[in-house]
Amino acid sequence: MKKRITWDFLMARYPAFFPLILLVLSIAVNLFLQPNMFVRETLNSNMRVFLPLIILAVGQAIVLLGGGIDISVGGVVSIINTILATRVGLDGSSEKMWQFVLISLVAGALAGAINGFFIAYLRLQPIITTYATSFLYAGLALFILPNPGGGIPADIANLYRTSTPLGLPLAFYVIVILLLIWMYVSSTRYGKYLFAVGGKADAAYETAVPVTRVQFSIYVISGFMAALAGIAITMLSGSGNAEIGSSMTLNSITAVVIGGNAFSGGIGGVTGPVMGAVTLSLIQNIISFGHINTWWETLVKATIIVVALAAPGVINLIRRRRV
Amino acid sequence: MKRFKISPPVAALFLAVVLFLLSGFLPNSYGSNVKVALSQATNIIRLAVFLGVIAAGQTLVIISGFEGIDLSAGSIVTLTAILTYVMVKGEDNVVLPALLVSLVVGAIIGMLNGIGVTFLKISPFVMTLGMSGVVTGAIIIINHGNVSGKVAPIMTRLIARPISQSIPIPGAIVIWLIFGVLMWLLLERTTFGKNLFAIGVNRVTAKLSGVNVTGMNLATYSLAGLLAGFGGFLVVGNTGVVLIQLGQPFLFPSIAAVAVGGTLLSGGKGSYWGSMAGAIVLTLITSLLTTMQMPDSVRRMVLGGTLLILISIYGRQQALRQ
Repeated sequence: MKKRITWDFLMARYPAFFPLILLVLSIAVNLFLQPNMFVRETLNSNMRVFLPLIILAVGQAIVLLGGGIDISVGGVVSIINTILATRVGLDGSSEKMWQFVLISLVAGALAGAINGFFIAYLRLQPIITTYATSFLYAGLALFILPNPGGGIPADIANLYRTSTPLGLPLAFYVIVILLLIWMYVSSTRYGKYLFAVGGKADAAYETAVPVTRVQFSIYVISGFMAALAGIAITMLSGSGNAEIGSSMTLNSITAVVIGGNAFSGGIGGVTGPVMGAVTLSLIQNIISFGHINTWWETLVKATIIVVALAAPGVINLIRRRRV
Repeated sequence: MKRFKISPPVAALFLAVVLFLLSGFLPNSYGSNVKVALSQATNIIRLAVFLGVIAAGQTLVIISGFEGIDLSAGSIVTLTAILTYVMVKGEDNVVLPALLVSLVVGAIIGMLNGIGVTFLKISPFVMTLGMSGVVTGAIIIINHGNVSGKVAPIMTRLIARPISQSIPIPGAIVIWLIFGVLMWLLLERTTFGKNLFAIGVNRVTAKLSGVNVTGMNLATYSLAGLLAGFGGFLVVGNTGVVLIQLGQPFLFPSIAAVAVGGTLLSGGKGSYWGSMAGAIVLTLITSLLTTMQMPDSVRRMVLGGTLLILISIYGRQQALRQ
């Protein structure tokens, strides 16, 4: 029998299909408002701003896939930012910088491990646990750096800001590497476990999936990715601010859901959330280039996001009515 | 071995009392002065009223299950507070219409949440988060930098002041008690309440047993919005001024209050008494931390740590192995 590719088939089989439509749409609108968007410099300056959220969304995607949620990621981003800004300093050597980048990654994974311990081993509820730890982490960041200041050496920040190997922004390579890792991981046993735990943890437990260890691991991964995002945003801004991550948490969750992942876990991937994060950032760009009255910005942005979230549901409703 | 179990609302309340008694040992606290201690306790409960009322709507959506949560509560509070403030303009006879408008506006926003969640199948977390953004956007436009208005004397009289000279209990606490009884009646003594718990435990079985799940969902979100609207009315009656960020600080604490009160975030189990106790515990901890002189960073860490300990005590989910 010949298999017909229908809308329903595409939507069900490829959760990233609809995010792709949204992405193309937002690129088109953005290109209309900012015609030089694909010029190398513009592309790079856009992508380097988008990258921290993209990395954070990848970590959040893994957590949501595994049936959890992590609202402490913004706090981890802030901790990493303050560590780098205070310990390396504006006149630090590059060896010192890379040394603290390593320490940051360990610190991020450790923060994630604390979340994972409470959620997987003590079996606390993810939202409220990571809400509590978000206070711990945001407080720690503020403790390390009470007032905005500090920084990292300018030449290292410029490495992130301006390097375009082979004419493509650095961010592209990071995204491609992340996606390649995901492609490999999702085909391994761990990948299958992740979907099993996110889909139905009880059933996964009955079929001998190490549920607790998988749940623990997703938070470690999320913490690690948050640290990576923290490093990226520090190199982008070049300075320290303990509140830098606080607005990123909810954005990362929105990005993942716009990216087609199910909030309840078990459905989706990482490609969709990456596109979701880019779409979300492009919406911000469109708002700034669209010359919208400042008073209306928040409303317009939020409305676009709600419409983007509602679109698949609306299409489904209309289609079902027609049948 | 039989596991030792206490009911979460009782545990939370017990904890609040112990914490409050211990706080007497702090420097610059009430010490051995019973009168000061009593007035301090009343004040903390008075402050907890607002969080408690806002947590009521949150309790309903969380009990309804299916990852139910209302992240738009904070912005609804701000919106209705501003609406009340602008409408009342210091006149007593517009207070009732303003209350009505607050409730209706809250209910409409809640209903939009419900429509998104029920018909468009958007997960409640993101739907209400998006709605929160839309409402905040609307607030910015309405507010346009500053608003002019005034709270009516009767609101201050009923909400912020003691009920009479001889009884030093603020009106807000009385309102809260009546409110609590009404919430208990709603949850435990009505069909709505029974159905709410039913859809929270299992939507499919509820549907097969004849519960109108779609209608219940819409009603729950609308009611949550309405209660948040009521919260906004109360908050502005207490503060007497409006800010653009008035409601947002209540948002996550309202979820935490529900969780501390023993309501399962996965739905189907819980009570409003729990949320009330949770609101008191959280307000108590926050005000204790404020009185203790410590930097903001340490205060945040202590709050996070305390919350973590609180939920570790009895917020644990069922073990995988049964």
